[in-house]
Amino acid sequence: MAEEILKPEELLQISHRPPVTDWMETPINIRKGMYCYASNPKSVEYVGLPNARPWNPVEDDWKLPENWQEIIHQGFKERLEKFRSFKVFMDICVRCGACADKCHYFIGTGDPKNMPVLRAELLRSVYRNDFTTVGRILGKVAGARPLTLEVLKEWWYYFFQCSECRRCSVFCPYGIDTAEITIMGRELLNLLGLNIDWIATPVANCYRTGNHLGIQPHAFKDMLDFFVDDIEEITGVRVEPQFNKKGADILFITPSGDVFADPGTYTCMGYMMLFHFLQERYGLDITWSTYASEGGNFGFFTSHETMKRLNSKMYAEAKRLGVKWILGGECGHMWRVINQYMDTMNGPADFLRTPVSPITGTRFENAKSTKMVHITEFTADLIKHGKLDLDPRRNDHLKVTYHDSCNPSRGMGLFEEPRYVIQNVCNHFYEMPANTIREQTFCCGSGAGLNAGEDMELRLTGGLPRANAVNYVRAKHGVNMLACICAIDRAALPALMEYWVPEVDVTGVHELVANALNLPGQNERSTDLRGEELPGSAGAAEGEADEE
Amino acid sequence: MNARYMISALAVIVLFLVVLIAVQVPGLRYVFGIFIPYLALLTFMVGFIYRVMDWTRSAVPFRIPTTAGQQKSLPWIRYAPFDCPSNKGGVLVRMILEVLTFRSLFKNTRMRLREGSRLAYQLEIFLWVGALAFHYAFLAVLVRHLRFFTEPVPFFVQLVENVDSFFRFEFVYPVVQFGLPGVFLSGLVLLAAVTYLFLRRIFVPQAKYISLAADYFPLFLIFAIALSGIYMRYVTKIDVLAAKELTMGLVTFHPTLPEGVGSVFYVHVFFVSVLLAYFPFSKLMHLGGIFLSPTRNLTTDTRARRHINPWNYPVPVHTYEEYEDEFRDKMIEAGLPVEKMPVENLVEEEKKGVSHGRGNS
Repeated sequence: MAEEILKPEELLQISHRPPVTDWMETPINIRKGMYCYASNPKSVEYVGLPNARPWNPVEDDWKLPENWQEIIHQGFKERLEKFRSFKVFMDICVRCGACADKCHYFIGTGDPKNMPVLRAELLRSVYRNDFTTVGRILGKVAGARPLTLEVLKEWWYYFFQCSECRRCSVFCPYGIDTAEITIMGRELLNLLGLNIDWIATPVANCYRTGNHLGIQPHAFKDMLDFFVDDIEEITGVRVEPQFNKKGADILFITPSGDVFADPGTYTCMGYMMLFHFLQERYGLDITWSTYASEGGNFGFFTSHETMKRLNSKMYAEAKRLGVKWILGGECGHMWRVINQYMDTMNGPADFLRTPVSPITGTRFENAKSTKMVHITEFTADLIKHGKLDLDPRRNDHLKVTYHDSCNPSRGMGLFEEPRYVIQNVCNHFYEMPANTIREQTFCCGSGAGLNAGEDMELRLTGGLPRANAVNYVRAKHGVNMLACICAIDRAALPALMEYWVPEVDVTGVHELVANALNLPGQNERSTDLRGEELPGSAGAAEGEADEE
Repeated sequence: MNARYMISALAVIVLFLVVLIAVQVPGLRYVFGIFIPYLALLTFMVGFIYRVMDWTRSAVPFRIPTTAGQQKSLPWIRYAPFDCPSNKGGVLVRMILEVLTFRSLFKNTRMRLREGSRLAYQLEIFLWVGALAFHYAFLAVLVRHLRFFTEPVPFFVQLVENVDSFFRFEFVYPVVQFGLPGVFLSGLVLLAAVTYLFLRRIFVPQAKYISLAADYFPLFLIFAIALSGIYMRYVTKIDVLAAKELTMGLVTFHPTLPEGVGSVFYVHVFFVSVLLAYFPFSKLMHLGGIFLSPTRNLTTDTRARRHINPWNYPVPVHTYEEYEDEFRDKMIEAGLPVEKMPVENLVEEEKKGVSHGRGNS
């Protein structure tokens, strides 16, 4: 893989000037490095989705059902009736172009079909042809075109080059949301079995084992036990996570990516240390679940129905265990799903109680129906009430900036909580430029299931705007740590940083919290959670002396 | 290749020639002065209502507002009541700001790749200014024209006229006479804004690439409407009383065709009719659609108040029981609690005197 990737200066040869040929006349070129492999038929079959068969996007024959055009037409019609968003967004775009240069994939690739407006036109052109009188009569003059195999391939290629980040929807004068367009486009493609494997297999895994990575219950416990050892080594304190515990106060659910791979694992250790502290100090009774062991939801990238099927585990497990409410870890699209979909799909969660922090007594009124609280809301509240024993100096070796993850930003509005937490556990915090954070934040380039290895060029180009902004604060303030609250970020950003801004590492917010958190009975800590020497600690002082 | 705007320009020119030639035939004046305006207005009204009703027939299964500001969460965190409105009042303000000030468009930035490697984003205000100028000028023109359809003329029409003709400039020479009667700014601003919106579609490469014939056609049409209006008012000095006789005839359903309004008047009326009839079938429906946009018109308190999906249906799920059935042995071995302990395990545990395993409660 590595040798095939162009050098940064080569990748930066981006032309944002559209080609001479009209977009409808420009043939699709499914290019290596820009697409993800096709879904594994076993995964598709496991969850009972249509047309499971081996297929390859670069081959001519996609092995579609004979009546595929009719399937799409019917599916299109059904969705126009079921989703007002879809119907209105098909009709009212005036093509003003304000969205064009808001998309990180367009900025990074210059491919005009990555302009949100054209991505939507890929569907609209067929919509006009199939569902509007003007389109039927005037055809191409009205911007209409029939659904051919070529058009379908274009859909597939470009709807898997959108990370559903919603940045364009902030700027659209009518609020047209390309995430909505892409969600519909992918639903239609899935009717023909046209998913990518980086989504299809996690979905099947999650359905079976409770998490995307297919970690079975005993292995899940093993992995957390492994962290228990690590934490003991660093702090001298042995934490005791609880699993599937009936009658616990709170069920904790976080993306499985944090159990599995660095640097998410340090965030996971962070949660464990925080919970241990709260258990020791205040008697907090919190449990993990091996059944609801996934916060993320790749069903969201497949279809609304698949999203609902996977998400159902959260409430089901909360009910089975008899907890009072649910606490959710740091994850991006997980929180879009919880905040805007879960209660509607799988609620009402009337068997749970309005979340109340047992430590501060704060009632989370904003979550009183869904009954699920974001961990940065929970921790910010703890800090505000002075309930944590923090020594931010243990993060003094870090100059931190914060990447707003797309979904908690534009699908939830979670901006201040994580910042408040970071600023209380770190002494050196610097914001990236205003046009690249908060509601204008840029995607990591790998969201919505595009975090595969084979589409690395897409990820690196799509992540360019984010990396560029990080590079700005690196040069200006010497930033060396990029904090985020999303597991896909933690999986994707390290590769992005390594490529564009090699001096900067990636962390979850609760890793920073745990670095600063004093555990009752801990040893003097000489390293952070990553095992790196802390400046000013005994070990580091010795090291420095040796060098001299 | 400029086929897209050439087609639109050609369409407007053809329409112009059709009406210009047709109204030379006295009989056809009835068609263009009375029949077509009625038909166009009817098409507009029925079409507009139908389209909006059609949208409202589609469900709103989820509450999916774009949150463009801090959510309402902890009491000590200041939230953004209009960018992330947690209640209907906030949504109302958000919608008003969106509809009246084009707030989202105001945020527009322009991306540039500087020195080959540095991305910069700068405020791009021109599209917002152009759009705002266009829409408000159009509104002012529309209100002014109520003079032709009301008797007596309402005070606000007079008010708009007074404001609109605030700037006076008059050339009164034997050869050129301009500015008498007073100059209405709105008409000129409208013309200038339409020209700008057209030019940016031609000269901004991305805008040009995405523009369809349907994007140029209304611009040309509105340009033609404004131009013909200005021409009548300032150059040919239309007999306003005759024009009003016709328009009042239309609104009172006693249509008459007065003499002396001139061909350009019919051109003007015909273009307006075409615009009205075209409206419901086109992107111009964004006038109605903006009010129904689910990313703007819904509250963000989605975790505090449950939203009902009218077509929510049960789906197949993988239950805990199925999960435990598959992994029970491994769970027991790892010391994880299970719901159903197999008999042999229970016997074994009794032998060992172990009591763990069957839940923690």
